[in-house]
Amino acid sequence: MTPSSAFWLGVRALLPMLLGVAPFGVIYGVVALQSGIPPLAAFLMSSLVFAGSAQFLLAQLIGVGAPALLMVGAVGLINLRHALYSASVAPVLHALPRRWKLLLAYLLTDEAYAAAIPHLLAEPRSPQAHWILFGSGFALWFGWQLATLVGVLIGAQLPADLGLDFALPLTFIAIVVPLIDSRARLIAALVAGVVAVLLVPLPYKTGLFVAALAGLAAGAFMQGRGKP
Amino acid sequence: MSQTTLLLLWLVCGLITFAIRYSFIALEGHYRPPSWFIRWLPFVPIAALTALVTPELLLVAGQIDLGAGNPRFWAGLVAIAVAARWRNTLLTIASGFVALWLLNWLV
Repeated sequence: MTPSSAFWLGVRALLPMLLGVAPFGVIYGVVALQSGIPPLAAFLMSSLVFAGSAQFLLAQLIGVGAPALLMVGAVGLINLRHALYSASVAPVLHALPRRWKLLLAYLLTDEAYAAAIPHLLAEPRSPQAHWILFGSGFALWFGWQLATLVGVLIGAQLPADLGLDFALPLTFIAIVVPLIDSRARLIAALVAGVVAVLLVPLPYKTGLFVAALAGLAAGAFMQGRGKP
Repeated sequence: MSQTTLLLLWLVCGLITFAIRYSFIALEGHYRPPSWFIRWLPFVPIAALTALVTPELLLVAGQIDLGAGNPRFWAGLVAIAVAARWRNTLLTIASGFVALWLLNWLV
């Protein structure tokens, strides 16, 4: 595999995700402006933070006037799942120069990871494996910048009844459902989902984190009991 | 908040996000996390993403609604079924949108 063919393999693996990510990026732009964030700051969040669900949450928290410290904590907690992706790709990137590691860490999102990981697992010893991850990461980054820019510029003129904000749940369904291949994982998802719904009344979406932790604990407990 | 304050806030949030993403990539070869941690990690995206999605599907204006007044619940079920059967991203997202638009048009 050449660097170029590995890069395009990564890009092609990511392209289907853009069907969900692009509408969501547009909606992010609309929500950010509605929350009173100036257009330039709304667009720059896409490269400075570069994390779709966290950006959406951040824009909503700005809109309700949440304290800054809580917003920082919320973004940290909601993005903690990326530590998994980091641990998972670390062996593949081990021998690379630091600039590559920094770049690929910046580009490591749910979508890029989900798109690239089957190919990385298929070719773990390929010296070009990092180009696959770079292809997926860059394709998502580019699509996200473009989509949020469109959202900031013309999103408010789009008809609301298209339900474009449904794109994020759909993208996450497409990522999560194939991951559920054991009873413990199913329990983790069910517990997280039920607790998240029950705790919706909690302020500043704090219920999300309790729900994620509850699901994580339930899944680990089931696995520990030897019922995979 | 002023634009400068906002950009500073983005920068702090971005640095935290980056630090999380870089964590194990940077540590590889220097430190081995405990085995329970490695076993727990696969549940993190499942639990976190499901916690994000479920309220969007089940709630309408803060109330649980599993009836005709909540087409997102039914469209979400369609997408989940398609994802479980075909494990195809494009098909999952497209089927969810088509189901939502059809339900909005019918109901």
